[in-house]
Order: sequence, then structure tokens, then C-alpha cells
Amino acid sequence: MNNVLVFPMIVPILAAMLLLFFRSNTAVQRWGSVGAMTVVFGTSVWILQQVMLHGILRLDFGEWLPPFGITFVADSFAMLLVTVSSLVTVLCLVYAAFAKDEKRESFFMYPFALLLAAGVNGSFLTGDLFNLFVCFEVMLLASYVLMTLGGEKKQLTEGIKYILINILSSWLFLLGIAYLYGTLGTLNMAHLSVRIAEAGQPPLLTTISMLFLVVFSLKAGLVLYFWLPGSYSTLPAAISALFAALLTKVGVYALFRTFTLLFYHEPSLTHKVIGYMAAATMIGGSIGALAHRDVRKIASYNVVIAIGFILVGLASFNIEAIQGSIYYLIHDILIKGLLFLLVGTIIHLTGKTRFDQESGLIANYPLFGWLFFIMILSLGGIPPFSGFAGKLFIGEGAIGAGHYGLTAIAFLSSLFVLYSLLRVFLIMFWGESSILSKNQIPLSKGMLAPLVALGIITTGLGLGMDYLSPYVSEAAHVLMNPDVYIEGALHNE
Amino acid sequence: METIIILLVGVLVSTATYLLLSKNLIRVVLGTAILSHAIHLLLMTMGGLKMGSVPILGDQVDTYTDALPQALILTAIVISFAVTAFFLVLVYRTYQSTGSDNLYELKGPQDE
Repeated sequence: MNNVLVFPMIVPILAAMLLLFFRSNTAVQRWGSVGAMTVVFGTSVWILQQVMLHGILRLDFGEWLPPFGITFVADSFAMLLVTVSSLVTVLCLVYAAFAKDEKRESFFMYPFALLLAAGVNGSFLTGDLFNLFVCFEVMLLASYVLMTLGGEKKQLTEGIKYILINILSSWLFLLGIAYLYGTLGTLNMAHLSVRIAEAGQPPLLTTISMLFLVVFSLKAGLVLYFWLPGSYSTLPAAISALFAALLTKVGVYALFRTFTLLFYHEPSLTHKVIGYMAAATMIGGSIGALAHRDVRKIASYNVVIAIGFILVGLASFNIEAIQGSIYYLIHDILIKGLLFLLVGTIIHLTGKTRFDQESGLIANYPLFGWLFFIMILSLGGIPPFSGFAGKLFIGEGAIGAGHYGLTAIAFLSSLFVLYSLLRVFLIMFWGESSILSKNQIPLSKGMLAPLVALGIITTGLGLGMDYLSPYVSEAAHVLMNPDVYIEGALHNE
Repeated sequence: METIIILLVGVLVSTATYLLLSKNLIRVVLGTAILSHAIHLLLMTMGGLKMGSVPILGDQVDTYTDALPQALILTAIVISFAVTAFFLVLVYRTYQSTGSDNLYELKGPQDE
């Protein structure tokens, strides 16, 4: 039964390989990729249920028992993220299918989107540090292609920066792996955790942990986010939504894994540094979100702020804060997908990228306008939408850990999030309508459908938080008790 | 033996850093390639260089060389090959479309 764990990674890869043969048939490309990701979503929901019933599941490839072979380990934290990211991928692909960007579609956009999803899911599921590196590379190579697909001048110049910084951080990641293998002689994450606990995390290991902190911060955009706004704002809507929803979150996942499972013995040093980095990220992101008039830049800086906010939970390092971070991570994957799809749709409809060049859109597209408003409220953490629970728990945890300054910065940054987007909403959607109804570009139902679906999901998650809470508390329990993970990943059959 | 290799890794990393900091895009690509080689070498050295015989069960031998680092760098080499190839093509494509391989001329767009 455990073989099903490989499905979230293998199904997109196989589907991508099959779709390569149907280059000229865009209908097959579109609906084949949507179908494959729907299968992945269904499977991951089922695996999540199994994890809740039977505890952590493990798949040993080729019957090589851990710590010798490569394993996939599904705990509830990983499975929650796989489920949510597959869901967002499905919706982004549906949007792309109706957006009909034929030039990109005929150059294998869908197969690469599927490979991206495969890399993301593999990164969440793997139980081996080197395999994490490999899955990162699968994801990154697909993202390099998607980043530069289309070959616009701006895409190419921003693409070079994006690719260079990611190559550099990948090699640093490998450097960290080499050091870790040299000192501990293993790369299985559960086994590493055992050995680090035995050694009591001496200063040498803490130094290595700092290397991992730098690497994953580059991927997640924690402090080292300088590459993010430029590259994310050159992409078409569906791809930028995929990037914003998934890529940085994989870095965040890796940070959570390494600093709760491996390097958790010196929180007075490592987690304090993470706290400072989170504060700097939120401050820098807020300044960026206010400074720009390009809606895509504003959206990109909102990604940065959210990363800082999620890591406040890791810096506080208690059960409430970790729970809050998991709630917020799930919420953020959904809402950043929605934000970037909405922003991409605005640009598709008006052709303008600056928010002061357009007004009165709500008269032309009422439902679309209200969706934008719901998204802002959800992003700002207003109840009853899905951002609220995460903010509440992170705040509670941070105050419990005595990080008052960090809590203040975190909640001030939420105000900046609200302000930066409400400004866009007030100017672009209210006021005198600047598009005559006869000139207005129709917004197709197909493009609106995934947006509405995401709007409903964010509202539903906010109202139905009770249904989600057992999963999140289980995930937080595993994160805060490495022994549970080790038991599942190393010992139990 | 390990010390010499580690020194070599140091030389390679400093060369790579020098190249990465230059303005010319081709040098930057070469810098990433050299950095990848340095790290592969380090990864191999971390497992200890040739401490015993081939890792195949036999009668006479009792120490074996660790085979894992070699499996790891084999994977990493393939990845670095793919990444470098992609990066080279991208740099060439950018050169074709912008007419420049100087990083300072590829700064952010002027229209903001």
C-alpha cells in the first residue's frame, strides 16, 4: 500500500513525458495536465487520510531499508502541503487552459508545469537530504524553463539573475550536504536527527546549520529576496501564480524540516537568527510593497512579507506558533495563487501594469472586483477568511515565547499588506469607469472559474477551520517531537 | 592526500568566486561550472579517499571504500551538466536578443 506514496511525484512525470508526444494538440496538453494533477490531488487526499489513521507512512525504494536506501516519508505536515499545492496547481492549469497563450502552450508549457509540480511534491515527501537536493533541482530546472519560456527580453535578463542565484544556492546546498556527510556519515533525515541528538549539536554542526539556513533562505526569499520581485513580475499569470504559490514554500518547508528535525538543540542561536531574519524580511517586504506602483511588484513583495510572517512561527518554536505557521503556510499557498491570478487577469483585461493608470473596473467586472476584495481581506487575516487562524496562532505563540518586538513587526506588516492592496483596490476598482462597456474585453467564464474556486476555498477554510485543525495539530505534534518522525521514518514497518 | 585535495578545492572555490563576480556573462557561467567541480571534489573527499578495497563482499578483504559519495557526485555531475548546458544556451539567447554579454548593461528595465 505504501507504494502509493510515489504517486504525487511519478504521475506528473509520466504525464509530462506522454504530453511531449502531443505537441500540436493543445486540447490534449491542457486537459491531460489538468487530469494528471487532479489524480495527484485525489491520491494525496487519500494518503493524508491514511496518515491520520495509521501514523507516518514510509516507502523504501528497492526494499533498501533506511538509513541505507532512499525513502519517501509521508507525515501529516508533508501531506498537507502536497495536497494544497496539488490543488493550486490544478486550478492554475485550468486558468492557463482558458487563458490560451498558444505560443507558450506549443512550446511545452504544460509538461514543464507538471515537472515543476513533481519536483515540489518530491521535495515535500522525501526523507533523505540528498534526495531533497535532487527534487529541488527537478523543480528548479522546470522553473528555469518556465521562467524564460516566451523569450521576451525582460524575461531573459531577469531569468539570468534568477537562474544564477539558484545555481549558486544549489551548489551551496551540496556543500552543506558534503559537510554533513563528512561529520555524521549519513544523509537520511531521521538518522541525521538521531546522530545530531547523540552528539548534542556541537558548534561545528551549528555552523553547518547556518549554511543550510543561508541556502534555504535564498530559496524561500527570507532576507535574501532580492531576486524575487523582478523575476516574478515578468511572467504570465498562470505561471507566476504557480511560482508564487509553490516555489518559495518549498524553501520554507525545508527550513521547517531542518530546524525542527535536525538542528533544534541550539534555539538560542539558530532560531534567534531566524527571528531577526524574519523581522528584516517583513520590514523590507513592506517597504517594497508600498514603494512600487506596478501591481505585479506589489504582489511579489507580498510574497516576501508572508515568508517573514510564517517564519516568525519557526523563530518562536512552540506548539502554538508552529501550528499557526502550518495554518498560514496552507493559507498562503492558496491565497498567493489567487493574488497572482487576479493580478495577471487585471493585466490581461486592461493591458496596464501600474495601478494609477486605470479606474472603475468594478463597474465592468463586478464579480471579479469582489473577488479581489475578498482576497485582500483574506490576505490581511480578517476573519472569517483563512488567514485569520494562522495569524492568531502565530501571534499567540510569539507572545508566549516572549518575542514582543517580533510580534509587533508581524502585525504591523499585516497592516502594510492590507494598505498596499487596498490602495490598488480603491484606485483600480472604484471611481469613474475608464473602459466603455462596448470596448471592454470579455472575461471568459473559464478564466473566472478557478478564481471563484480559490475564493470559495479561502472562505471555506476560514469558516471550516474545525475540519482542518486535527490535521494541523497532528502535523505540529510531529514537527515539535522529532522522536515521532524518527520512529515512523526509521523503525516502524 | 585529503589535505592536498581540500587545498585544491579551496583554490577552485576562490577561482569560481572571482569568475562569478566578473561582469562578463560567459565568465559567470564558467564560474558556476568550476564551483560545481570544487564541490563535487569536496563531496568525494568527505567520504575519505580510498581507505580500503572495492566495496564488493570478498574473502580476503575486511575494509571497504565508502561507495556512497561516488554515487552522490555521479548524480550531482549529471545535474550540473544539465544546469550548465541550460545556462549557456540562455546566455547565448540573451546575447542574441539584447546584443550584450555585460551584466551591467542587463540591469533592470528603465521604464520604471
